[in-house]
Amino acid sequence: MTSPADIAAAAPQRLGKGRQRQARISGAVLLGLAALVALVFAQDVAGEATFRLSRPTDPLALPDLVVPALPFSYAAAAVLAFLGVRQFLRGGVRWTSLSLGFGLFLAVAAFLVWATAGKSFSLTGMLQATVVRAVPIALGGLAGVLSERVAVVNIAIEGMLLAGAFTGALIGSLMGGLGGLAAAVAIGGLFGFILAALVVTYRVDQIIAGVVINLFVLGVTSYVSSQVYQEYRFLNNAPVFRPVKIPFLGDLPVVGPVLFNQNVFVYGAIVMVAVATYYLFYTRMGLRARSVGEHPRAADTLGINVYRTRYVNVTIAGMVAGFGGAWFTLGSVGRFDEGMTGGRGYIGLAAMIFGRWHPVGALMAALVFGFADAMQQKLALLNTPIPSEFLAMSPYIATIIVVAGLIGRSRPPAADGQPYAKE
Amino acid sequence: MNIELRGITKRFGSLVANRDVNMDIRAGQVLGLLGENGAGKSTLMNVLCGLYRPNEGQILIDGKPVAFDGPGDAIAAGIGMVHQHFMLIPVFTVAENVVLGVEPTGPLDHLDLKKAREQVREINDTYGLEVDPDALIETLPVGIQQRVEIIKVLFRSAEVVIFDEPTAVLTPQEVEDFFKIVRGLRDDGKAIVFITHKLNEIIEIADRISVLRGGEIVGGGDPSEMTEAELAEMMVGRPVSFAVDKTPARPGEPLLEVRDLVVLRDNDDIAVNHVSMTIHRGEVVGIAGVQGNGQTPLVEALTGLRQVAGGEVRFKGEDITHAGARKRHQLGFAHIPEDRQRTGLVPAFSIAENMVLDCYYDDRFSRGPNMLWKVVNETAARNAAEFDVRAPSVFEAVRKLSGGNQQKVIVARELSRDTEMLIAAQPTRGLDVGSIEYIHGRIMHARDEGDGVLIVSSELDEILALSDRILVMFEGRIVAEFDGATAEKSKVGLAMAGAVA
Ligand SMILES: Nc1ncnc2c1ncn2[C@@H]1O[C@H](COP(=O)(O)OP(=O)(O)OP(=O)(O)O)[C@@H](O)[C@H]1O
Ligand SMILES: [Mg+2]
Repeated sequence: MTSPADIAAAAPQRLGKGRQRQARISGAVLLGLAALVALVFAQDVAGEATFRLSRPTDPLALPDLVVPALPFSYAAAAVLAFLGVRQFLRGGVRWTSLSLGFGLFLAVAAFLVWATAGKSFSLTGMLQATVVRAVPIALGGLAGVLSERVAVVNIAIEGMLLAGAFTGALIGSLMGGLGGLAAAVAIGGLFGFILAALVVTYRVDQIIAGVVINLFVLGVTSYVSSQVYQEYRFLNNAPVFRPVKIPFLGDLPVVGPVLFNQNVFVYGAIVMVAVATYYLFYTRMGLRARSVGEHPRAADTLGINVYRTRYVNVTIAGMVAGFGGAWFTLGSVGRFDEGMTGGRGYIGLAAMIFGRWHPVGALMAALVFGFADAMQQKLALLNTPIPSEFLAMSPYIATIIVVAGLIGRSRPPAADGQPYAKE
Repeated sequence: MNIELRGITKRFGSLVANRDVNMDIRAGQVLGLLGENGAGKSTLMNVLCGLYRPNEGQILIDGKPVAFDGPGDAIAAGIGMVHQHFMLIPVFTVAENVVLGVEPTGPLDHLDLKKAREQVREINDTYGLEVDPDALIETLPVGIQQRVEIIKVLFRSAEVVIFDEPTAVLTPQEVEDFFKIVRGLRDDGKAIVFITHKLNEIIEIADRISVLRGGEIVGGGDPSEMTEAELAEMMVGRPVSFAVDKTPARPGEPLLEVRDLVVLRDNDDIAVNHVSMTIHRGEVVGIAGVQGNGQTPLVEALTGLRQVAGGEVRFKGEDITHAGARKRHQLGFAHIPEDRQRTGLVPAFSIAENMVLDCYYDDRFSRGPNMLWKVVNETAARNAAEFDVRAPSVFEAVRKLSGGNQQKVIVARELSRDTEMLIAAQPTRGLDVGSIEYIHGRIMHARDEGDGVLIVSSELDEILALSDRILVMFEGRIVAEFDGATAEKSKVGLAMAGAVA
């Protein structure tokens, strides 16, 4: 029969079909983008796009970035086409992720140049808005990561955000901003604890328990804001946390205003993401928490208290969401409006999934969503012919492409959503 | 450390899994624990390791009564268990799994993985285990996973080590290595409990034997004074025949023809490398091979669970290379999968539901969107009785059955149907001698009815006992073929190790 030498020779041979297909798909996407840029953005544009990077009053002012629109569009289209064609050639497989990422960046840039042509537009302002708008989504996503890592599906994040927003405004009006913030965190933690009790101890279906909390919070807060606040306006008039400039770093051009001249919620979100990453992946408690999410029975046989771990983590997740909720009131307008979270909690869950159940991933995904939000808002000022709703959609589509093409299949914690019974 | 169990009774609802069990576990000895499927072995050991709380009875350690509030207490008392279904976290590394629960830490609760790795290596060296501390569990073959379980127990400096069917998933070579480890532990003065269904193993390694039946101790003694036949009778309550009743095969026309089959693993490595074979009606073809040489992907490809990358599969002349699992099922394929908990069963479903998992859409069991539960339950009850599935009723969740009874549910589902082609991977894994006898009988019966049968097993004895033809698989290829009637165990073993016949 076959000799061992034959077998040895055949063994390392790889076919790599799946990856080749992925490379082809990315190639097609890139070519599609090239066509879009060449046929849409390069038509009827003229003049120059002026991007303002800093205000003239800034200590370290950068000159404006002036881009000639037509040449830029053609150049972008050419690069995109080149990258796309490369995907179909040998060796394209190796650069798939990088090409797709760069290609999407180019397409977005070409779009902005097209929209701005002949006008001027503050790039720094938009990035700053991106970060601000990403905050509640990132915190919602982080809360999702913390609870799903111990296998509790947390649909209740929306309700926790709303409860945080409401409580922040109410207590903030009475006791000042810090008091409001503390109360928001506490109420989030309370709902986290209630969710844990429902799903861990009473084994209520996790989705249903979450929906119950969401409806409860929506009902109570809507009632109070429409009935009570009409008469007692002073109950809904909280102070707002102003941006705090970090000395020196805050003066840097572009990154200064974007990252170092923000309010406590932006700093808080960044710190929390860092702490959560450290906690989940570098500490003893984090290892135990993840083991409970992956294989609770195995954790149990090693003397890890599955129930307590779930209680603690879901409660902390609630506190994070409560903090994120306060952003809506204490972080921006100081006033609570009915249903003002507008589904950010669910978008946070999407950010969690796109971020592969990792705090940093969730933050990055939240920034993409925040960018979408900010772009929609700012482009309305530029009077582009495209309806702003449609503009708002495009980054989400981009996200889906990125997730499908760059990240590949992501895998939730193995025991996600399953209750644990001891015997 | 010596342990005494006194009058342990454990009930699950109305079911008594252990009744008034007394048992001594002594330092420096291997206690062999035998019993048929569902006798209550795992339950008793779960009581001892703190996972279940007994309804009655006491555990004494060196004469002093103890009460465990959970597995943590038992671990602290020095009791460690390697469970029947491994308790490892697939996405963690070896080192992370080993230290979980007793992690070395630095300031700020920082996990000291460097130290964990060193500690794993130390145990590796002391006991001659070779495991890479940085490997992800899900990438390791079961034999190595089991070593990780052993390292876990040793790492917690257990004085009492319980092995629940540790050899069910091991190859003969791995069993040898495992026994070396067990002897080393015993000579170190540790008390060991060893559960198995393989009587030759227990006679080889145990210093004392206890036999459970129906939750009660029914006998025991010194293995040097007992024969396999006596032990089997004590377990099952009737004499058991070990030899398979095999009439010479009368192979008919070709049934399943495989040409140049290429199958890839998830990471695109070649798993099955241009394999060709033909299975005829009325013959049993056995595939022997050390685990991880492509048998699993081969079976998955033949049953429609994995995409075929190249080559062709024909069934009765029809091309079914890319047919789905249901199509094959309707053509008369039966499949006993290798990993019962992952592919064969829905653990949270009842026995009845699992019994019709493959044919619920059939006219017998449903009308339009309605399930005919009465028929389903009756059929399930009949099959369960025929295949001796021990459970309170067919409404019991499969998750709650003993390991062997879970396996019997799958076998009952697949063999009770009118089939033409049976593909069975490790069909008797974890079954007691009585059940093995019965299932081997059913497989031979299927063959004599004119079915083609493909058996994949790492159990060489099983392959030799059942097969009319033996193919040896090595690194994704068929490297040797033997006639079932004349094959010598040693020669097949050599071919399995890669020495070409
Ligand atoms: N969690 C549970 N809930 C209800 N019944 C259970 C549970 N665990 C085990 N049983 C029942 O207890 C009995 C003993 O099961 P056990 O797992 O101890 O058997 P075993 O001797 O280990 O068998 P095997 O050799 O098949 O592994 C079985 O009838 C089983 O159905
Ligand atoms: Mg068992």
